[in-house]
Amino acid sequence: MNELPHTPPKYSWTFSPEVNADIRRAAASGIYDIRGGGSKRRLPHFDDLLFLGASISRYPLEGYRERCATDVWLGTRHAKKPIHLDIPVTIAGMSFGALSGPAKEALGRGATAAGTSTTTGDGGMTEEERGHSKTLVYQYLPSRYGMNPDDLRRADAIEVVVGQGAKPGGGGMLLGQKISDRVAAMRNLPKGIDQRSACRHPDWTGPDDLEIKILELREITDWEKPIYVKIGGARPYYDTALAVKAGADVVVLDGMQGGTAATQDVFIEHVGMPILACIPQAVKALQDLGMHREVQLIVSGGIRNGADVAKAMALGADAVAIGTAALIALGDNDPALEDEYRKLGTTAGAYDDWHEGRDPAGITTQDPELFNRFDPILGGRRLTNYLKVMTLEAQTIARACGKNHLHNLEPEDLCALSIEAAAMAGVPLAGTTWIPGKNGY
Amino acid sequence: MQNANIDIRSRGAALAVPPQDSSDGRQAFDLEAQGLRTLNSRLHALPHDTNETSWEIVNPKGSHAIAVGVSAPVDITVRGSTGYYCAGMNKLATVRVLGSVGPGVAENMMSGTVIVDGDASQYAGATGRGGLLVIKGNASSRCGISMKGIDIVVHGNIGHMSAFMAQSGNLVVLGDAGEALGDSLYEARLFVRGTVKSLGADCIEKEMRAEHLEALEDLLRRGEADAKARPEQFRRYGSARKLYNFNIDNASAY
Repeated sequence: MNELPHTPPKYSWTFSPEVNADIRRAAASGIYDIRGGGSKRRLPHFDDLLFLGASISRYPLEGYRERCATDVWLGTRHAKKPIHLDIPVTIAGMSFGALSGPAKEALGRGATAAGTSTTTGDGGMTEEERGHSKTLVYQYLPSRYGMNPDDLRRADAIEVVVGQGAKPGGGGMLLGQKISDRVAAMRNLPKGIDQRSACRHPDWTGPDDLEIKILELREITDWEKPIYVKIGGARPYYDTALAVKAGADVVVLDGMQGGTAATQDVFIEHVGMPILACIPQAVKALQDLGMHREVQLIVSGGIRNGADVAKAMALGADAVAIGTAALIALGDNDPALEDEYRKLGTTAGAYDDWHEGRDPAGITTQDPELFNRFDPILGGRRLTNYLKVMTLEAQTIARACGKNHLHNLEPEDLCALSIEAAAMAGVPLAGTTWIPGKNGY
Repeated sequence: MQNANIDIRSRGAALAVPPQDSSDGRQAFDLEAQGLRTLNSRLHALPHDTNETSWEIVNPKGSHAIAVGVSAPVDITVRGSTGYYCAGMNKLATVRVLGSVGPGVAENMMSGTVIVDGDASQYAGATGRGGLLVIKGNASSRCGISMKGIDIVVHGNIGHMSAFMAQSGNLVVLGDAGEALGDSLYEARLFVRGTVKSLGADCIEKEMRAEHLEALEDLLRRGEADAKARPEQFRRYGSARKLYNFNIDNASAY
């Protein structure tokens, strides 16, 4: 009773327990932390925007009775065969190698049933995804793993990947645990090595070369296929402008919340910008060139629901792409597998060691015992449901704003909850007419 | 940015001039008059059993993407020098350039043969997966970058960073190699007759065994270089395989 109160233990904000654990891990292992997924920081995001909805000055559309269209054309600038999708939510590029064959099949099944496209990744085109995807975008990456003219011609579009949001300026990474016989054969690599893809394309450098590369791809495919150019969220104004100048039909813009199969945590968390900050810059570049809606803009990185879709489109995007959210819809990080996540030293919702190939959900693995657990038909059905719900949600919001097409959403429909989001998105802070940085203040 | 609205299809636009059949059955094609689109679309339309097996392209004038994506067993001769990506993604065809080529000749070639009488710019044979690329002159930097099974024979010298991340196939150089040859090499085999300015990370000289001499003899013959060099004059380079799996003690190599 006579003891004096003492100061309770006090953790440093700078040297927090998490930071200290990272230091100890680096000291013990001699390697940086590698993980999958995108940024886990709290970032300014679509949650910081709100729709204003209709009022006396705006007429809403009648839910369930008045039509709100959702379709989108992609590649109308140069391609003889542009793509028409029923919904503006596409599946982002994810490689066979990073994902199992059944997972790629499920993405194809789910997207096709929902009327949208899937995308290959850094590993070439598999029969699973070509066979089950009505519309398949074929990525053209620095590694050129599996690249061949026959697959170029049986793709529905070609996506020249310059960068991705999780690691703008970085190349691919697929560690030895996942380089199975099939993956090794597709990539011409020895089995079991740690595979690091180049970050730059091997045969072009800079926007003038890119223009010639795009010409070559168009010639090989007889000008039929839309050519997308994918960029990470680094300098979206200039990168978008240069992609347009190089002849892109579609610009794909990926913010730092966009996932990766495996990369250094330091890269994921400290390089690139959130998608909210990227979209207005890219849209401005397109507008300045007179190419907004002529060159379509697909944005990705942290798209989770129909509200995110609607907000991205209100800021000027033509469509969005989802990766992480699609994997969750398939069953990734499902709490039903908690016991198995615990055995891996993690917990459902936090599992991100996709590079280790031990995914109990059977999605990010090349282990037959694990990937055979995954039912691609059921997974596809879940993805279709999810895509349709997202679309319904976006339509609900668009009708409330009086729009009969998702593409009619506009920045004027939005306000921001924080000064940061208002500045990044270029919309007024809620309850004010203030857009930070506009009109000189 | 002011040119953003220009339709780039207007460059090399197809003109309604049919290809000319010369008296010897060769398809003569004037690229300047008839245009790139017409050339490539005609070459792509050729069936495997076509009787239009011999093509001669005149007036290339440095155009890009000449004879790209050809997938038929035909002979194509280009009379003059080309721009970027000549014979890109070639499959089955034999393409001979009677001049020099710009960057990325025979990039991602699948099969067939590409022969360049003159010099080649950067990235010759980049990511090539099969077939044979022969350069009678010199090749610039990054020759054979990321090669995946192609065979490349260079009669002259090659520039820096050649065979960077080369995965498989053979690179034969009768002359000298520039800096950082074979950096981050996988399983490609490199044979150099002259000097190597420096080797890249994880690239080492390796023993030349009988099977390598035999393979080299075949490569020199197919590369039209057997009258210029003998296999015994070459040294072999390959991967030390120390960077295949990450080890912090090798970090300084990156």
